[in-house]
Amino acid sequence: MAESTEHSPLDQFRISRFVEIDAGGLDVSFTNSSLFMVLAVLAVTVFLTMGMRRRALVPGRWQSMAELSYEFVANMVRDNVGHEGRKFFPFVFTLFMFILFGNLLGLIPYGFTFTSHVAVTAALALAVILGVTVVGVALHGLRFFSFFVPKGVPMLMLPLMVPIEVISYLSRPLSLAIRLFANMMAGHTMIKVFAGFVVTLGAATFGIGGLAPLAINVALFVFELVVAFLQAYVFAVLTCLYLNDAVHLH
Amino acid sequence: MARGPVARQGRAIPLSLRELEARLKRAREERAHGGGGPRPRPSTIGVAFRIAVELVAGLAVGVAIGWALDRWLGTGPWLLILFFFLGAAAGILNVYRSAKALELSGGSDAPPEDESRDRER
Repeated sequence: MAESTEHSPLDQFRISRFVEIDAGGLDVSFTNSSLFMVLAVLAVTVFLTMGMRRRALVPGRWQSMAELSYEFVANMVRDNVGHEGRKFFPFVFTLFMFILFGNLLGLIPYGFTFTSHVAVTAALALAVILGVTVVGVALHGLRFFSFFVPKGVPMLMLPLMVPIEVISYLSRPLSLAIRLFANMMAGHTMIKVFAGFVVTLGAATFGIGGLAPLAINVALFVFELVVAFLQAYVFAVLTCLYLNDAVHLH
Repeated sequence: MARGPVARQGRAIPLSLRELEARLKRAREERAHGGGGPRPRPSTIGVAFRIAVELVAGLAVGVAIGWALDRWLGTGPWLLILFFFLGAAAGILNVYRSAKALELSGGSDAPPEDESRDRER
């Protein structure tokens, strides 16, 4: 009871250090966030390797799920990048599964949602945008930078359009990072706020008043499951679109 | 992929070879033409939020560049003001592009069953 009034709904995002590690002034401690990243990687590995262990021609439930996730991302890459995108499939698949499992692990009670931290999502988004830029430069050389020169624009307008295009390009990692982190954080905060209502309203009305927020919380939880999947999907599909821009200039 | 689960549900019943042939052919055609698997249907609020983020991201990057350049070059508020407007333009460009991408892949005009093919952009 006292907990609900003393703890804020934002407590769930608190980072706690399990093993303090200091690398030359850099704090690289093993935190609850790191723990859940490791758990996510382990869970994905177990999910896929155990699912495909039997490699049956007629797949069972587990193998079906593993195949379904493979097919889902493979279709996504093919639809958005085309056949040249095949070689980027491992990257997109890793990204998708890591974020999806991170989001889902966070929904387990007492879990920690590392995707609700902008440091994590920003690192992922920077990896995507740097990777995409490197791919673009590797495939097209300096011609890649013609990406910033929009077609059909008079020469006079170019000094105005090129900076706008560059800013637009630089805003991609920002929007990627903010979208994922804000969605996860907002959803989890909302669940905790309504959970607090269950306790306080229930205490004030001998348990009856707690039922309405409890019902809302159940609905919110289902909604969060959808968001967990959708945000992983959005992150992966935007990565595909950016890859598509880099692979096929204009 | 929409056909995958259907195929698996019938695993107890032996499929006739002809049926299998037709299904294989369809799958191959889909592969060749890059036909789609299912896409999650975006909620309206999701689309709204996504587009709002695009706008703010452009503006934020523009302001950050202007502010950093001002600090570096000591040019008063002028570059900040200039890049504020460039950032705003970039944000609007982002919004325009993502809205157009949504529209292209089946917006409000598309028949209802096509809405599930909306691309998340």
